[in-house]
Amino acid sequence: MTNQQLDPVTMPDAEEGPALKATPRKRMSKWSLYSRRFMRNKPAVAGVIIFILLVLFAIIAPFVAPYDHVELDFLNLGTPPGAEHWFGTTSAGNDTFAQVAIGLQRSLMIAVTVSVGTTAISAIIGTAAAYFGGWTERITLIIIHFMMVIPSFLILAMISNDSGGDWRVIAFIMIFVIGWYFPARVIWTMALSLREREYVHAARYMGVPGMRIVLRHLLPNIGSLLVINFTLGIVSAVMVETGLSFLGFGVKIPDVSLGSLIGSGANTITSAPWLFYFPAAALTLLTVSMALVADGLRDALDPTSAAGGRA
Amino acid sequence: MSNILSVRDLRVSFASEAGRVDAVRGVSFDLEVGKTLGIVGESGSGKSVTSLAIMGLLDENARVQGSILYDGEELLGKTDKELSLIRGNGMSMVFQDPLTSLTPVFTIGAQLMEALTVHRSMSKKEAWDESLELLNLVGIPNPEKRMKSFPHEFSGGMRQRVVIAIAMANKPKLIIADEPTTALDVTIQAQILDLIEKAQHETGAAMIMITHDMGVVARTADDVIVMYAGKPVEQAPVREVFHRPRMPYSIGLLGAIPRVDKVEKEPLIPIEGNPPLLINLPDACPFADRCPIVLPACREREPELLPVLNGSQSHLAACIRSDEITNDGLIDGHPVYPVPEPVVSDLTRTPREDRPITLEVRNLTKTFPLVKGAFFKKKVGEVRAVKGVSFDIRQGETLAIVGESGSGKTTTLMQIMDFAKQEDGDIIIGGTSINGLKHARDERALRRDIQIVFQDPMGALDPRMTVADIISEPLFAIGTEKDEAHRRVDELMDLVGLDPAHSDRFPQAFSGGQRQRIGIARALSTNPKIIALDEPVSALDVSIQAGVLNLLDELRGRLGLSFLFVAHDLSVVRHIADRVAVMYLGDFVEHGDVNDIFENPQHPYTQALLSAIPIPDPDIERNRERVAITGAWKADEDL
Repeated sequence: MTNQQLDPVTMPDAEEGPALKATPRKRMSKWSLYSRRFMRNKPAVAGVIIFILLVLFAIIAPFVAPYDHVELDFLNLGTPPGAEHWFGTTSAGNDTFAQVAIGLQRSLMIAVTVSVGTTAISAIIGTAAAYFGGWTERITLIIIHFMMVIPSFLILAMISNDSGGDWRVIAFIMIFVIGWYFPARVIWTMALSLREREYVHAARYMGVPGMRIVLRHLLPNIGSLLVINFTLGIVSAVMVETGLSFLGFGVKIPDVSLGSLIGSGANTITSAPWLFYFPAAALTLLTVSMALVADGLRDALDPTSAAGGRA
Repeated sequence: MSNILSVRDLRVSFASEAGRVDAVRGVSFDLEVGKTLGIVGESGSGKSVTSLAIMGLLDENARVQGSILYDGEELLGKTDKELSLIRGNGMSMVFQDPLTSLTPVFTIGAQLMEALTVHRSMSKKEAWDESLELLNLVGIPNPEKRMKSFPHEFSGGMRQRVVIAIAMANKPKLIIADEPTTALDVTIQAQILDLIEKAQHETGAAMIMITHDMGVVARTADDVIVMYAGKPVEQAPVREVFHRPRMPYSIGLLGAIPRVDKVEKEPLIPIEGNPPLLINLPDACPFADRCPIVLPACREREPELLPVLNGSQSHLAACIRSDEITNDGLIDGHPVYPVPEPVVSDLTRTPREDRPITLEVRNLTKTFPLVKGAFFKKKVGEVRAVKGVSFDIRQGETLAIVGESGSGKTTTLMQIMDFAKQEDGDIIIGGTSINGLKHARDERALRRDIQIVFQDPMGALDPRMTVADIISEPLFAIGTEKDEAHRRVDELMDLVGLDPAHSDRFPQAFSGGQRQRIGIARALSTNPKIIALDEPVSALDVSIQAGVLNLLDELRGRLGLSFLFVAHDLSVVRHIADRVAVMYLGDFVEHGDVNDIFENPQHPYTQALLSAIPIPDPDIERNRERVAITGAWKADEDL
């Protein structure tokens, strides 16, 4: 990489025609700077592409698949991948291709919703508690500590029994019962040191309202942590959902998720390995793409990172 | 041989991701027994790396070349174990930050005794007795009791005394002091400098005094090395450097310092630009880009450090034009640095009484409650940090509050910025009383009129925001339109001397002085009547500081601003302020016109403060009478 590529000042936009040259250079907003720096990062762009392909697969595959994921093909019980069943079938005759697509759909919805929800809630609660201090902080901490000591499993069992395996209920439980308070407490401790920074004082003395300071100054400065929380959140959400399904609180048959597919596929890994490898590959691609995206995001958002260039 | 230390062509480089950093590029000097060598330079000039290289304390990744002869022994190439026999025994070091150079978990006595027993075999009793003697020598009262104290029970100045005692413990032949007084208040600094002189006298050691403060050099050094970009650019006896500098950088450095003993208000002479990065330096004079008398030849090859004409034999300078520069800093009959035009404001012609009051503070008080109890907090008393101060600032005027750490000056400023309601007093900003504020909306509207510039140019700017976002933040807080705000950002950047084209960069891309200019631009964005400045230049190097001070002066003149300036540095205050309030233990001990106070201080504390400031002139500095404060700080007296 040469310096020229790195410096937006010396490299005018390609689209900038001669007519625009006369006008003063348009100032880049923070977001266009971030996206420019993100796009410069090849692995991160690859991550985005993998993720988009996975999403497309999850949406389109059920329509192109010759079989439905609940349909049982009694002529093909436990057949390996072939022309008829692209990813093979289960011992009951389910088409694995359709199952992986639907499972990916469920897992994507749960994992992404849970991870976005947990990260957003924990970030806002944690930083707001730290910034506003006083009673806001005390009450928030009491709630967090309370959530940490009560057996969340009990609440989970109570609510999910009535859910009938609806993924939205499961996602809701995972966000509010399991997910948010540990990260919120970590974020609170980090934001405590940020709140004493001079730029936060400066913003207050300028008359910037409190919530805006939280959103504009505190949150971006724990951005790297949030991005990592988000990626790990995706991975752990899939795991938790798998665990829940195993215990009977998660997605219920005939509905499938990657977690339940991998769980059942692992039992037959020697006799019918395709039942394990296809959902496992989908999960690996999902988490790897998230990790790449997260890495790129962190570098793009972090003004000091060398990978982001000098912009 | 009387040379205790003889350094030849010392070069230190570090590997870094961006390339090889040449931190020190050829330092040579001889140091005689009992003499003091001052090394001055700005941050990044390589002065500290030089001292660490001599002590052998550099990291593994540092490449050190050249020769360091200590007492006839070559130090380079020795193992860490071999060096340990010399360190703390023959050579010892006093570090900058007394708060971190003592281990918090051991008592002072244990650390002193460790320093003694590690190099000498002596009984515990002997070590104890000798430690007591050392503490006595460095002026720690009641040493028997203090031996068992932990470092946190000592004030900063007292800790530095202990560090000096440890440095003296084994009667070293060489003491290296790396910015020993930078972290201390001026009155304490004067005491510590006295003590270092005493320590040198007691042990007969040679000393290397590393500092950025020309006043400290003027006071302590026999010979001076001025370093720039890793290289000595001038090397001479102290009087030569101060009275007959021959290198434009040294001349600039001396011209950039505000002087506490100068009455007339001349603009300071800043050195334009910033020091170069020490990576892949071209073979050219590193100062060429900032030099006002640069010639094409300067950029062809790096000038060597050579003896100057018409000077003493030991006066060396690295400048091809050094022989053209005359003794009074003139070249071809003109000053090396063009003197900037002073900005005269229309307001200065209006008598003070006729100008409107922009900020009035009446009986401002701040107490901190002392509480006890873990859960149910019970108030058991209070600390009175500010004890009812009153002052007013008029348009176009600068009031400086000076004082040492703990005097309550920053608390006063923060009370004003917090819009803290006063029980028996009031804060009135541009005619609006704080006590009368009812709604958050009114408070926000009043924020327009008062803005603040912070001390730390890095910490005060959100690293995640571009400069344009930072400067326009106060504008959006008061509801300015987007287009208008963007236009204003360009205007403001231009006003503070930054290129508006750089407004989409992040603060990391700027140097310290430029960041402080961004902070000033942000403060100016709402067209405030008054700007509070909390030590705005104390984190900057002198050559940069001069530029920022000039900018502040100019802005005040052009925009008719009022400044509330909080500082500990009296030379800066004398330069910028119209009126001064001296703060001590939460109260103003003296308050009035700047010249009255500096020329004719009435309060003993003001007198002590003024006499403690080192003046960058060896002749004046060494013949001054100092007014000592009898008794140390209140905090120390209690112990």
